[in-house]
Amino acid sequence: MEFNAPAGRNLFDDAKIVGKSTPRIDGPLKVSGTAPYAYERHDVADNQAYGYVIGSAIAKGRIRSMSLDDARRAPGVIAVVAATETDPVGTSDYNNAPLFGGREIAHYHQAIACVVAETFEQARSAAMLIRTDYERDEGAFDLEAAAPDAPLASKAHKQGDFDAAFDAAPVKIDSRFHTADESHAMMEPHATIAAWDGPKLTLWTSNQMVNWAKESMAEILGIDAENVRVDSPYVGGGFGGKLFIRADAVMAALAARAAGRPVKVTLQRPLIPNNTTHRHATIQRIRIAASHDGHISAVAHENWSGNLNGTDGENATAQTPSLYAGPNRLIANYIATLDLPEGNAMRAPGEAPGHLALEVAMDELAEALGMDPIELRVRNEPDSAVPGRPGRTFSDRNLVRCLREGAERFGWDKRSATPGAIREGRYLIGMGVAAGYRGAPTMKSAARVRLQSDGRLIVETDMTDIGTGSYTIIAQTAAETMGIPLERVSVELGDSLYPVAAGSGGQWGAASSTAGVYAACVNLRRAIGEKLGFDGDAATFEGGRIEAGEQSFAICDAGELSADGEISFGEFKKEYNVASYAGHFAEVAVDIYTGETRIRRMLAVCDAGRILNPLSARSQVIGAMVMSAGAALMEELAVDPRFGFFVNHDLAGYEVPVHADIPHQEVIFLETLDPIVSPMKAKGVGELGICGPGAAVANAIYNATGIRVREYPLTLDKYLDRLPEID
Amino acid sequence: MTAPADTRMSVQLTVNGTEHEIELDTRTTLLDTLREHLKLTGTKKGCDHGQCGACTVIVNGERINSCLSLAVQHQGDEVTTIEGLGTPDNLHPMQAAFVKHDGYQCGYCTPGQICSAVSVLEEIRKGVPSHVTDDLTGTMQASNMEMRERMSGNICRCGAYSNIAEAMAEVAEA
Repeated sequence: MEFNAPAGRNLFDDAKIVGKSTPRIDGPLKVSGTAPYAYERHDVADNQAYGYVIGSAIAKGRIRSMSLDDARRAPGVIAVVAATETDPVGTSDYNNAPLFGGREIAHYHQAIACVVAETFEQARSAAMLIRTDYERDEGAFDLEAAAPDAPLASKAHKQGDFDAAFDAAPVKIDSRFHTADESHAMMEPHATIAAWDGPKLTLWTSNQMVNWAKESMAEILGIDAENVRVDSPYVGGGFGGKLFIRADAVMAALAARAAGRPVKVTLQRPLIPNNTTHRHATIQRIRIAASHDGHISAVAHENWSGNLNGTDGENATAQTPSLYAGPNRLIANYIATLDLPEGNAMRAPGEAPGHLALEVAMDELAEALGMDPIELRVRNEPDSAVPGRPGRTFSDRNLVRCLREGAERFGWDKRSATPGAIREGRYLIGMGVAAGYRGAPTMKSAARVRLQSDGRLIVETDMTDIGTGSYTIIAQTAAETMGIPLERVSVELGDSLYPVAAGSGGQWGAASSTAGVYAACVNLRRAIGEKLGFDGDAATFEGGRIEAGEQSFAICDAGELSADGEISFGEFKKEYNVASYAGHFAEVAVDIYTGETRIRRMLAVCDAGRILNPLSARSQVIGAMVMSAGAALMEELAVDPRFGFFVNHDLAGYEVPVHADIPHQEVIFLETLDPIVSPMKAKGVGELGICGPGAAVANAIYNATGIRVREYPLTLDKYLDRLPEID
Repeated sequence: MTAPADTRMSVQLTVNGTEHEIELDTRTTLLDTLREHLKLTGTKKGCDHGQCGACTVIVNGERINSCLSLAVQHQGDEVTTIEGLGTPDNLHPMQAAFVKHDGYQCGYCTPGQICSAVSVLEEIRKGVPSHVTDDLTGTMQASNMEMRERMSGNICRCGAYSNIAEAMAEVAEA
């Protein structure tokens, strides 16, 4: 099914199951500990051995020698795969640095060996006996130092005459922000069980994009993709960190080949931040100019980030062309070459740190104008043309409603426009707001639906559920389209033997994969019609029955039938800017004695088209708000600029929000539909939720204290000496 | 350098009501004993360093990070894991409340959260104080802050905290 025109009225507009809050169908498995994650698949292969990965102790250079004999002689050791004895593996389009690079070291904690033993304890113990001699090279590890010479990552986008408009404007701000390197820190470490059967390799792993994993594993190992099977039915969090094959899968495959039996590997937690990917730090300069009445005349957003090989930076300007009006524009992204571990996508890459800067800059502009920050945003709401993408129009956009309804709900009128004016005991109280923008892409997505003779339906697709609720929304979509109760649908995900789905990334998963299941169900309806003698497109499927003109059937009259289907997306979408929008609000209390910030309330009002399952969609949003609060207040991979690694590379040193940090959170979904996105008229929310809340928190801290800190995270050491006098 | 020979020891444990006598490498954590030897994989390994709480189990009535103790320290102990609290068809009230309130997303920290949540309500019932307890002599309340403070050793990177607090409040009030 090609989606090549805006969706008209369809069965989802009268939905009985889609769009209703539905507890997760995989919930009972998850809460009882019976959902199987990658490292736990004792049942899939006999005789599994344990692999333990060793990471490089230098950031750049090469290995002179490794002494492996002691490890090989250690009790229980079956095999040692080491960089000095093994050819480097290939790279795929999905990796910037080789996942196992031979003697050449591209970054700290890059995998250099894997010890395989009968038990985990033996493998770990033997790994400690390996001694590696390195030749260490100097590297570039300091973004601030490298930024001035960094080249443009792509051609700068210029509209009108920014310089002249900025110079001429009566009110303007010019601010520079730093956002930190961040770690996905998903709770399930990267893990894989690998087993060879002749030329065929099976990976039971934890991966967001099953087909990418299959293809890149083939490239990396130089084998035929048809000989690779990837199975990833449960993923213990990813956030972009499991978009790609990582060293656990590569080392497990190499180790299993060396050991001649299945090997299971998990990356030990302290290896993860440096061995795998992270969100790149950014430096951002934002200049905005406006007339006295608040109309923006000029906006410049310049962004610097760094990465290995000087490619693939953090595009923090991503939202700026679309968010606010303004005729004169400059957008530029610079990319420095750094020898830190590989930067790559983390939840809303680009937009998440972009909002931390742009939405604080807007708060500064509002103050410079003496305007309410919501009114400033409303005043600069673009018309249907996308201000920074000439020729494109917005699909469905309701940002102003998000802000207005949020203001009402949050009690924005109680906010003091004057910073530092509200005090409750030892706490300074402040409110902040930010807009949220996140693109809503779709990807082609396929599924198979198999009707059983008892009227049950099995959906098979290589789509993943990384906590996003895919199992449930897919079951809802299939039940709705086939007109059967939800309980009669079972969903099988994550196996590369199934049709290729969109996978989980870029908040495209929900909108795309459900549309793919819908396409398969439409084909099944036609197949049932052919078998029973009616037009499947014209029939009504409802309550387990089929009404086709004068004819009436039970769905199980069709017997066993299977249909594949795929949704693909036509060119017409390219004329549109399809995105999701939010108004984010936060209230904080800053301790006037210690500077400690506590978040007291958070609200997100979201505009994302049809919400397929409000219960799990809300969880996506609150979870993203938590992660954004982390970015604002505490998350930072601290760079050691001498040796080029992230120092706080575990969950004790890399601080993420915990229960005590997060209050009750509210989410409101506007009832909107976007006919441009897909037949579902639904857009993703999982990344929308991380675009803006951190800026709202930062703005609330300013409102509470009158102190503007532009270097994230906003830890108290950065403003303690500027807190107001205690009376 | 050469590796010392492995040392093995027999350990007797009661897990979810079932007695086990297991011959183990003495370096084996309680967590790996459960996951790798007894194949009770509901208890999760998130960090193996006592930093995340995913491995929380209940030992002799108190919650612990099972990655931070060796199995041989638990001779004769009674261990309750997530599998011992309830099954998919017969959920413990806390498990059911997590489903109802969507107190999870990816599900990986969930068994630890639930084992902690059950224990936290028990700690409050017994009057065990915490960092945020104002009145150490009065009747302890399962307030939002009291529960959140006590749950803070269990990280949820998906950020389901607000929903977990609601699930716990429902069970506390039942």
